[in-house]
Amino acid sequence: MIAYLLRSLVQAALVMLAVAFIAFSMFRFVGDPIASIVGQDATLKDRQELSRALGLDDPMPVQFARFLANAAQGDLGLSYRQGRPVAALLGERLPATIELALLSALLALVVGLTLGVYTAIRRNGLLANVIMSASLVGVSLPTFLIGIGLIYIFSVELRWLPSFGRGDVVRLGWWTTGLLTESGRKSLVMPVVTLAFFQLTLIMRLVRSEMLEVMRTEYVRFARARGIPDRVIHFRHALRNTMVPVVTITGLQLGSVIAFAIVTETVFNWPGLGALFVQSVQVVDVPVMAAYLMFVGLVFVVVNLLTDLVYLMLDPRLRSASAAPAR
Amino acid sequence: MHAPVPAPAAPPKGRLARFLDSDLFYSFRTSPMAILAGTVAALMTLAALLAGLLAPQNAFDPAALNLMDGYTKPLEQGLGSQGLFVLGADAQGRDILSAILFGSRLSLVVGVASVAFSLVLGVGLGLLAGYVGGRIEALIMRIADIQLSFPAILIALLVFGVARGLIPPHRHEEMAVVVLIIAIGLSNWAQYARTVRASTLVEKNKDYVQAARLLGISPLPVMLKHLLPNVAGPVLVIATINLALAIIEEATLSYLGVGVPATQPSLGTLIRFGQQYLFSGEWWILLFPALALVLLALSINLLGDWLRDALNPKLR
Repeated sequence: MIAYLLRSLVQAALVMLAVAFIAFSMFRFVGDPIASIVGQDATLKDRQELSRALGLDDPMPVQFARFLANAAQGDLGLSYRQGRPVAALLGERLPATIELALLSALLALVVGLTLGVYTAIRRNGLLANVIMSASLVGVSLPTFLIGIGLIYIFSVELRWLPSFGRGDVVRLGWWTTGLLTESGRKSLVMPVVTLAFFQLTLIMRLVRSEMLEVMRTEYVRFARARGIPDRVIHFRHALRNTMVPVVTITGLQLGSVIAFAIVTETVFNWPGLGALFVQSVQVVDVPVMAAYLMFVGLVFVVVNLLTDLVYLMLDPRLRSASAAPAR
Repeated sequence: MHAPVPAPAAPPKGRLARFLDSDLFYSFRTSPMAILAGTVAALMTLAALLAGLLAPQNAFDPAALNLMDGYTKPLEQGLGSQGLFVLGADAQGRDILSAILFGSRLSLVVGVASVAFSLVLGVGLGLLAGYVGGRIEALIMRIADIQLSFPAILIALLVFGVARGLIPPHRHEEMAVVVLIIAIGLSNWAQYARTVRASTLVEKNKDYVQAARLLGISPLPVMLKHLLPNVAGPVLVIATINLALAIIEEATLSYLGVGVPATQPSLGTLIRFGQQYLFSGEWWILLFPALALVLLALSINLLGDWLRDALNPKLR
């Protein structure tokens, strides 16, 4: 088990190093870092001095090492456009994105599990079939159209919910949350639903097919023969054994949720990291792009590690020393 | 005495006849969903390709627009040009129907070209990895693993941003479509590489490949002439489904404002413009392009689903 954990850790570190290297290459080779700081009119001498001061004359491995050391201390350079530290820019927008992503993942998990179990148990029911067909259409719709559709229904026609922004937020230390005010909660509804939609259909279909698989196994039939009530069979025996793949997919999807937030945040003008990233791509603000890449890489690596840990908790077979790695 | 005439063999059928007689076509003929999806996709593709002839107006030519036609409602005459606007006009007097025709042509071109790009890249790298093995295989598959865990849209955005940084600003507009194709193509190659590598690993130990190698044929012809035809089947299915995904990806990028230039709106760009008029009641600017995008993506998606099932021997 310790070997399994160690292997996960080493892999995580390698992936992170690769992502950091890509970020560093973008930083160093896309655009001209000096021109973007001093502008077109600087003399050659100024440029050379700045180049030396910034360490751009050092050998590449030295520069990469310095980049890593700085990044580890939270120094991600200055934004070309806004002239402010990138770390501060990301920090301001982090809470908005995290709040959105976590609530979406939670919604997708809860609703996806419920609908998945329901459609599996009432396999031939009318409602179950309607839900399954609706999920198929949902998968083919682009995220931004779902968001625009929601805006049309709930903001334009019904006027219930605001169509952009976070509403009023409450400051808790460096964190900001919209959960404590009414306008903040209202603003969260549509972005959360939009972002959760795709994951929701994915989890639902997965739970359904896994449940159907498990329900056919010997031990479930045996339990039924013993006269154990359906409710107990469904939830204690069947559902529990579908959880391993569900947790994996949900975990892996958490990373995608953060990335899909790029689209959702743009639709709803949500002041989060994704919207910042899109703006930085539009104006080629390389430091912000590189920092966002590192952030997403970090999220993926951490989520993968956590998923591996949850695996260990759910599947006792993995805890034995001889067990093969999960993947 | 005549020599006994051998019984005449069945006349060799033409390619078309053989296709019409195949299992694949039979399965198409008997699936109403596939016929419907195929018809819609074919009609939309045809209309898009003939945009130059069919469209009442060249939607990509700013000089063809008349500002007086702005906000013309569907089925009404424009104030400026006196023309009939079947699906209405946007703020600049651009005919929505023409914009959809030209826009879906652009979406299809970007979609098909990017799928072709990722197909060539992915199949090439997959063949190489499966056939050569060793370190090259480990490196290629490692990169594919890492890339597959990131969503395509994020990778496409990054590639787009980097390309913008490398290309001088005054060439952004003309290079935009090419950059878009490369960005979407680069974000989707990994799936092909994985599939092709897996089937290459199986195929390369079969007798015909061993025989070809024993004959002294060098690795490249073995890969292209002998292996490729035998690993191509599943790749076609992925390509069809990926075409729908690539069209949606292009629409998403253009919606985010990082795709095609605003003077050449694709379906995603039209939707981005249309969203601004959601509150002011000009619904046609948004609704028709959105419907066109959904129809196009959905019909290609359904075709891909059908093709997957039709080519899957387990389901026959």
